[in-house]
Amino acid sequence: MYDVIIIGGGPAGLTAGLYAARGGLRTLICEEKVFGGQILMSYEVDNYPGFPKGISGMDLMDNFIKQAEKFGVEMNYEGVKSIEDEGKTKYVVLSNDTKLSTKTIIIAAGASPNKLNCPGEKKFTGKGVSYCATCDGAFFRGRPVAVVGGGDSALEEALYLANLASKVYVIHRRDQLRAVKVLQDRAFANKKLEFIFNHVVKEIQGDKFVNGVLIENTQTGELSRLEVEGVFIYIGMTPNTKFVEDLIKLDEDGYIIVNDRMETNIPGIFAAGDIRVTPLRQVLTAASDGAIAASCAQKYIEMNF
Amino acid sequence: MAEVQLTQSNWEDEVLNSNIPVLVDFWAPWCGPCRMVAPVVAEIANEYEGKLKVGRLNTDEEPEIAVRYGIMSIPTLMIFKNGEVVDQIIGAVPKEYIVEKLEQIL
Repeated sequence: MYDVIIIGGGPAGLTAGLYAARGGLRTLICEEKVFGGQILMSYEVDNYPGFPKGISGMDLMDNFIKQAEKFGVEMNYEGVKSIEDEGKTKYVVLSNDTKLSTKTIIIAAGASPNKLNCPGEKKFTGKGVSYCATCDGAFFRGRPVAVVGGGDSALEEALYLANLASKVYVIHRRDQLRAVKVLQDRAFANKKLEFIFNHVVKEIQGDKFVNGVLIENTQTGELSRLEVEGVFIYIGMTPNTKFVEDLIKLDEDGYIIVNDRMETNIPGIFAAGDIRVTPLRQVLTAASDGAIAASCAQKYIEMNF
Repeated sequence: MAEVQLTQSNWEDEVLNSNIPVLVDFWAPWCGPCRMVAPVVAEIANEYEGKLKVGRLNTDEEPEIAVRYGIMSIPTLMIFKNGEVVDQIIGAVPKEYIVEKLEQIL
């Protein structure tokens, strides 16, 4: 039996793993896609303390992984289908149907980027449609692209793309941006960025590759077309809580409700990082959640076993 | 079996003329998800030794091949059989998803 099974290998899960293993607990992290989580998509993280020159999301997560490994965390590449609570013993059912028993569970499965769900999005994914400017920006050197969204991620990625693309349209459905002021100031000062407010994307068009987007003015309903070869989509996230929704208490948006010890409604099951209800979703806050969850899981084990 | 580092000069021999199917991992050093997908690809290379060749192509160093195959997003995994692309997987996906695709082809 494991002491802790952590579901998700992003900043929250890796930090929980580090704390749990360092505390002497037998710890497993299950990650269905890639260790590191969403921050891997970020070219530069300049608000994680300790790195005054900034650090790439990839290098930061490489360090997180190495540090967790140093303390003997077990890691696997398995998705989790469901979790079961039988009081003291809990079970984690993996995508390969293996059923693992554990004393505690930390859910740190994060959130996934939302899709536009418009015609052409799926067809052209990897053929001009992208959710990772850092990965794919270089394929659009000297070409016009569009970024969809108005939050921090949308502007950060638009600014990154401005270094490569010939032109960056930022398409946002509202009349003002949600992003923090420092990013807005930088974005408005950048000559390559052109803001298209009050518009939504109706269709992504192309033949073999993307060659344009059809957009609609939300005020007038008027349709127009932008000639772009890339479309980068940053329109928010949805928490990955589907697999626990029958057992764990969620808020109306699907995020896990926890107390200040990261405990869910079920004793011995904790949640950490972007997946929980929280006013701020950063690498730093995810790591902090992971540390608290692991520490409280350890106390729970000491009290109950 | 170790993964083969693919370049324009060995592409024909290693991929197009291979007598077993080839899984090609298109990646670049700046791409975080690519670096993290690498261990999954390495596991697959070990598990399918003898049945599947696994190669890695750096799109930064070999842009001609990336352009030839229309790569506009990485990581992209392409499966070649008898010199033809028979399937492709775009973005970081669960290992079992890659295995499912391979099982259909092998």
